[in-house]
Formats: sequence, C-alpha cells, structure tokens
Amino acid sequence: MSEAHAHDLPFWRKYVFSVDHKVIGIQYTITAMLFLFLGFSLVSIMRYQLAYPGRDIPVIGKLLGGSIVGQTETGYVLTGDGYNALGAMHGTIMIFLGVVPLAVGGFGNFVLPLQLGAPDMAFPKLNMASYWSFFAGGVVMLASFFVKGGAANSGWTSYPPLADIATTGQTMWLFGMVLLITSSLLGSINFIVTTVQVRAKGLSFFRFPFFVWAQLVTSFLLLLAFPPLEAAGVLQLMDRLADTSFFLPSGLVVSGEVQTQISGGGSPLLWQHLFWFLAHPEVYVLILPALGIVGEVIANNTRKPLWGYKSLVFATIFLGFMSFIVWAHHMFMTGMGQTLSTFFQATTMIISVPSVIILTCMIISLWGAAIRYTVPMLFALAFLPMFAIGGLTGLPLGLTTSDIQLHDTYYVIGHFHYVVAPGTLFALFAGVYYWFPKATGRKMSDFLGKLHFWPSFIFINGVFLPMFFIGMAGVLRRQFDQTEQLHGAAVQGLTVMASWSAWLLLISQLPFIFNFFWSIFRGQKVGANPWEATTLEWFAPSPPPHGNFATTPVVYCGPYEYSVPGQKSDFCPQNVALEA
Amino acid sequence: MSTVAIPHDIEPHPMTGMYNGKFGLWLFLASEVMLFGALFSTYVLLRVGAPAGTWPAHGSEILDIPKATFNTLVLIGSSVTMVLAWASLKMNDVAKGRLFLLITFLLAGTFLVVKYFEYRDKFHHHEVFVKEPVLVGGKEYMNVSGHLTEDSPALTRAPRRWAFSIPEYVLIVADGKYAAEGHGESGAEAGADHGHPEPIRIEGSNIHRLTDYGPWHSTFLATYFTLTGLHGLHIVGGMVVIFYLLVASPSMWNGRREKLINRVECTGLYWHFVDLVWIFLFPVFYLL
Amino acid sequence: MASSSEEVRKHLKTYYIVFGSLAVLTIVTVTVGFMHLPIAVAVAVAMLIACLKGSLVASFFMHLVSERGIIFWILALCVFFFLMLLLVPSLTFFEPDYSDFVDGVSGSGR
Repeated sequence: MSEAHAHDLPFWRKYVFSVDHKVIGIQYTITAMLFLFLGFSLVSIMRYQLAYPGRDIPVIGKLLGGSIVGQTETGYVLTGDGYNALGAMHGTIMIFLGVVPLAVGGFGNFVLPLQLGAPDMAFPKLNMASYWSFFAGGVVMLASFFVKGGAANSGWTSYPPLADIATTGQTMWLFGMVLLITSSLLGSINFIVTTVQVRAKGLSFFRFPFFVWAQLVTSFLLLLAFPPLEAAGVLQLMDRLADTSFFLPSGLVVSGEVQTQISGGGSPLLWQHLFWFLAHPEVYVLILPALGIVGEVIANNTRKPLWGYKSLVFATIFLGFMSFIVWAHHMFMTGMGQTLSTFFQATTMIISVPSVIILTCMIISLWGAAIRYTVPMLFALAFLPMFAIGGLTGLPLGLTTSDIQLHDTYYVIGHFHYVVAPGTLFALFAGVYYWFPKATGRKMSDFLGKLHFWPSFIFINGVFLPMFFIGMAGVLRRQFDQTEQLHGAAVQGLTVMASWSAWLLLISQLPFIFNFFWSIFRGQKVGANPWEATTLEWFAPSPPPHGNFATTPVVYCGPYEYSVPGQKSDFCPQNVALEA
Repeated sequence: MSTVAIPHDIEPHPMTGMYNGKFGLWLFLASEVMLFGALFSTYVLLRVGAPAGTWPAHGSEILDIPKATFNTLVLIGSSVTMVLAWASLKMNDVAKGRLFLLITFLLAGTFLVVKYFEYRDKFHHHEVFVKEPVLVGGKEYMNVSGHLTEDSPALTRAPRRWAFSIPEYVLIVADGKYAAEGHGESGAEAGADHGHPEPIRIEGSNIHRLTDYGPWHSTFLATYFTLTGLHGLHIVGGMVVIFYLLVASPSMWNGRREKLINRVECTGLYWHFVDLVWIFLFPVFYLL
Repeated sequence: MASSSEEVRKHLKTYYIVFGSLAVLTIVTVTVGFMHLPIAVAVAVAMLIACLKGSLVASFFMHLVSERGIIFWILALCVFFFLMLLLVPSLTFFEPDYSDFVDGVSGSGR
C-alpha cells in the first residue's frame, strides 16, 4: 500500500467517497450540524404552538405541509398529528442524526487516529461505508415527512401498539433506523480496533488522553447495545408488514373495533425492554464523548494535568458497564412489577456514583489553575454546572416513588435536555472551536465565539430551567396544549418564557454559523499547535496531510505533562521525552 | 486505492495476538450475539407470558423435526469443511482449500433448500377458528387445523393484509400433524387425535378467523419465522462471501496469499457463528 | 494467530473428533427431546447440551482455545449482557404475593 496517490485522485474520490478519516470526520460534522439545525427548527415550530395554542403560525405556517398544519378559522395551525410528528422527529433527528454523528462520527473520526498517532483508522473503506450508511438513513428519515400520513409520530420511542398501527412514516423511520444502526456498528468496530491495534509505539493504555478512553467506552456501548434495537425494529416491521403480533396484545381494540384478524398474544412491554436496552446506553453515548472533549479542553486551558486521571478512567469503564443494567428505570410506571423496579432502582442509584466521580475530578482540576478563558474553555466551564444540574435532577427520576409524580412530565424533559443541550452540545461547541484550527489551519474568531457563547448560555437556561417547575406542576409531555388543564394554564407563563428563550437561542447560533464558514476562508492562520497542547494531534501539520504524520510518532510520556516542575516550557508534548 | 499502510493489517498485534481484521470480526460477532440474544429474549418473554393455549406445548406439534435434524447435521458439516478449507490453505494446498470452500457453499445451499420446503409446508396448512363449536369425529372443537381439500373455494388475502377474506365455506381435512393442547373450549384442537379422514364443511358465517401457518398465525410462528428467517439471511450473506472467495482465490493466491488466508479465516469465524446460532435455535424451537 | 503449516496439520484430527462429537450430541439432544420431559428439566438439559456443542465450535473451530485472554473477556462481557437481556424482563412474571400487606385480604399460606 502506498501513500503516494492521494493527490492523483479525482475530486469525487478525494472529497466525496473518501476513505481518509479526516474527510469522513468533516463529512459527519457538516451533515450532523445541518441535522442539528433542522431538529432545532422543528422544535421551534412546536414551541410556537405550546406558547400560543391554536394560533396561526406566522410567516411559515402556510409553507409547512398538510401533514403538519391544518387550516382552521384562525389560520395555519399545527394539528395534533403534526405536533406529534415534529416531536418524534425532533428527538430522532437530534439524537441519531445530530449529536451522536457529531460526537462520535465527527470528533471521533477526525481526532481519534491523530491522538493515537495513527495514519488512519484500521478499516478506512469500512469507515466510508459507515458515513454513507448514516447519510442514507438521514435521507430516508427526511423523506418520511413527504409520504402520505407524514413522518413518524409515535414519539422517538415508537411505543407499540400505537407505533404498530401508525402511518407509513413509521415504517420509513424503522428502515432509517436500521441504516443508522448499521452505520454505528461499523464505526464502533473501527474505533475499537484502531484504538487497541493501530496506536503509536509507547502509547500505553494509561497514557491515553481522556478523550480516547471516552470514545473507546462509547464504542463498546454502541457495539453491544444497538443490536437489540435493530432486532426490535425488525420485529416492529414484522408487526407492520407481516401482520405478526410481537407487540400486539390479545383483545386489542383500535378505533372501537376489536382486532380479530391478528393472533394477539404479544407484549407492548417487550418493545420497551428492547428499546430501552439500547436507549439507556445511548444516553451515555451522548455524554461520554462530551466528557472526553471537556477533559481535553480543561487540561489544556488550566495548564495542569487532569486531577485523578486513574479515577476518571475507572469511573468511565464502570459507568459503561453499569449503563447496560439500568434500562428499565424508564419503565417504572408500566406495571412491570416491584421485583424489576427494585432491581433497576438499585442499579440506577449505583450508576450515579461514577458520574459524580468524573464531574468531581474535572471540577477539582480547576483548583489552583491559571485559567485561560479561551472560547473552548468558556463552553467547557459552562458544561460543568449544567451537567451537574442535569445529573442531579435525574436522581428523583431514578427513585421509583418520586418517579410516580415526575414520570412523563416536563420535569423529565428538563432533566435530559440539561444533560444533552447545555451539557453535551456545549461540549461539542468547545470541541469545534478547539479542533477547528487543526482541521483547517485557521482559528475561529474569538469575538464571534464569545458573542455565540454568552447569549446561548443565558437563553439555554431560559428554555430548560422552567421545565422543572412546569413538570412539578403536573404538566405532561407530548401534549400540544397544556392550557386545556387548570394546572397547565397556571404555569403557561413559564411555557411562554421557554418558547421565547428557544427562539432567541436559535438566533444566538447565527454568529457561530457565520464564524464557522467565514473562518474557513478568512480565519487567522495558525501553525500546528496554536493552543500549546500536549496530545499527539497537535504534532501533525494543520491541516494534516494524507497519512497524518511525516514520521510515525513515538510516545514517551503521559497525555497532560503541563507545568511540570523543572522543565523549560509549561508543556511537554507526548512524543517528546521529559528533560532529565 | 489511496489507503495508507495500516499497522497490523496482517501482522498480529502483541496485545490481542490478532491481525486487525480478525479482531474486528470478533467484535462484530459480539454484536451479533446481542442481536440474536434480543430475539431469544423475545422468545422467552412471549412464551412465559403467552395466554393459555396459544403456544404449542412442544415444538414437534407444529415443526418438522426430521428435516431440521438433517439440516443441523448439514450445517455442522459445513462448519467442518469451512475450517478444513482454511487449514488446507495454511498447508499450502490451494486446490483442496477451494474444494472445501465449494463443499461448504453446497452444504449451505442444501440447508436453504430444506428450509424452503419446511417453510412452504406451513403455507399449505390452515387453521379455522369458529364461532359455534364444530363436530369432528363426535367431539366438539372451537378450532380445526388441517389441509383444505381441492374443492374448497380458492382463498384470497384481504387487500394489503395477510389474513384471508372469509370465503363462502371451507372443506378441511383435520389431521394430527398440527395440534396443540389447550386450544379451544374442549381443551384440544381438532386434528389432535390422529386426524379425521372425512373433509369437514365449515360455513363462512361460522368462521371467526381463517389463517395459514405463516408468521401471522401465532406468536410462536412469528418468533420462529423471524429467528430462522434472519438466520437464513445470514446464511445467504455467508454464501455470497464464500462465492467471492472461490472466485477470487486463484488470483489472490499468487499475489496476496496472506490476505486471502486471513479472509478465509475471518469468513470461517462468521460461518461458525452462524452454525452456533443454529445449535441453539434448533432445540429451542423444535424440541422444547 | 501465527500458526505454521505443521501446527495446522496437527489440528486436523481435532476437527474430525469435534465433528463426530457434535453429530453425536445432536442425536442425543433430539432423543431427549422426544422424551417430553417436564419443561424445566427439558430446558436445562437442552441448554446444557447446546452450550456444550457451542463451546466445542467456539473453542476448536473458532480457535478460541488458543487465543489471548482479551478476546475471551470481551466475549464474557457480551455473554453477561446477553443473559441479562434474556432473563431479566421475564422477572415481571415473578412477583411476590402482596395480599399479606393489604388490609382485609388474607394471605395465601398463612
């Protein structure tokens, strides 16, 4: 195999069907960011209905299709089915087409081989297949908006029996998921083999940057947790297309008619078990790469090693392991029984421990540091208390008794959005600002970065903080008009506040979008290591060429040799031995 | 192709003792364990929770054990020939290696052919669920299973559904092949007592549900078809790869011998896994 | 696995012995199946034989017996999660009798 031919390739093989992990990483990043923007736009429409139920949607109302809005006396109003479709697709797009492809597909693909001192991933062609499978899944999901009956509208969780009898969009959702799961599977195999086998000489496991550990554990979660959802998807497709009754109980009544032409005997709970078996580890897939990014940015901008590196590593491994045996805490209210509830409550309480250890290590890492308030660091610092709020608000949900009151209310929405939105998304922004110079050879504008950060931080709290109170007041999820109930009407003011915060948050992303694209062409040019960082990716040129490193690096020390006493410089790169 | 030289593509890595492809394939197999595991979990939950009389007491009531036993031996045989193919290549005998690959391919094909006959049989058997009890051989039954006679009116499936539209009447010969305890009011399904040779006429107005033994028949058959069907698809996939290896091996033997042997080894690992799944599938569905 | 040509030749006999064992175990499992044992016993015996057959395939055909520990641990982890998924959901059918804790309802067996 030779490295000589890269410049001989035609455009479509260099930038479209490329097998280079950096190109694939950028493809994932751009595609995922487009989907994130789409997912946010969908919920922005929903938030109008929530704030002003039954009112004509200004400007865009008439542009939205017939499956989403209906014409009433008041104008173009979101229908119930339309609201549900937007809700289901918002969740699906943000998780499976946005955050995971960005955190794992984008950052994982671009950064991991560089941090490992590797020339590329172990299986470059498989890597390319994984991106295009994701792309195809995205196309199928988008196309579902345009079929009769519109997109899937049974929640991102697709619970039967409703999902079994829903319109065509649901079938497309299932096929889309199969493509996305395939993409994930291929990617995770690549990451694990690359990390274990293609790393540079001298890079032992306990010299890995924390980002590498985070991606490694994430890959195991994807590898082992996704297949049950794939199986469940096949079963639901069988129910929808082959008239089986995997999830349809005996005596099911639909629209007043008892179903006699199906066998019955199925179990709706079966779907929930299989779905949540994936979907719980999935939330750790959402947070672990973010924790990895925050770890890198904190170490770099405090000019100190991360505090408690070994604790971080073992906590991460333990977290990954536990994440497989907590899934039914999403099912406390299904009547599955106290035996199961007790078991899962116990494991859920246990899993909170490693999360706290990780957060504590990161917070203690700030102690006594001369913090550089770069734009990535602003996002990383904001991440810490936001993730803390998200994590702590999860505790009453993990206890069966308090969950009785809180399950399926806005409290849950507040909880998980705090972890993923001002949590993961902020960490991903930190990662974009941090690694942009490596990918492009130019820095993003600091001014625009701060203009992006401050309003985003304020408004994102404005969206999600009220939700804890709305939820505790008793307002349930997935309702498109809470004012129909007295307790909902009582907190409508908070809902309006959340909606306005959401629209202002959307506008606050404009500086970022402009900054991102403008800086590719006009950003300040920088060299290989503008942040004065220690990890291996900073020793490839910016941007790295095909094959990454001119000579294969050899590693001599740990990942965070910052401010080592007696050294000339305040950082020592991993591929340079510490001076004796 | 513009791929760069990746370390341990062929040379094993000291930590795992494997080259990249082999390690990757084992990880893939781990994910496949979870895939089939979820489906076995489906079987367990649905069986333990099945309403009385809806799940056969023993697989032999509905499934064909002789055919499946034969298939089990065929698949185990194909596993042996697969490992012998790899071993032959390792011992520098490319002709023998290709011969074993061919035999593996043919055995796999045999498995699928037998499977076809097993499946086809299900669609020629019917079950009629009635509203008022039907008399068969002096006893009353709420459901009759067996073969429809030639003069029974032709059946059509309802539009975009697999259920049959109820015909004017059916002429059915109840036979002992498909019987389950606990079906219907009398506790047994007509046909359970070694069948009744005379065709029974059941009026359409008395038919509550008419079905053949496809996946829609019951959760047992739904699980059976899905699990064995997915397994069958895995066999097809394996056959495609084995066919490719057969075709590509002469040229790869002369140019990229190590890579060919590794690919055969990895295909073998996949193939043994497919055999492993069947080793569990067979007793679970047919013998329990 | 850098096995040489001679090492592979020594394993041929093993492959044939394993094949023979698998065929015999298949006959055994079918025979036991026809005995229509009580369900709990039938499941235990069938699974025992299947695990034995599976171990033979994994150890000798898939060469697990000569691989490094790391692959074994990854698979063990996987099997653990598989068992959790297989068995835990059915616990829904094994609920204790709560009538002892409800006023006015007499507990069974008391």
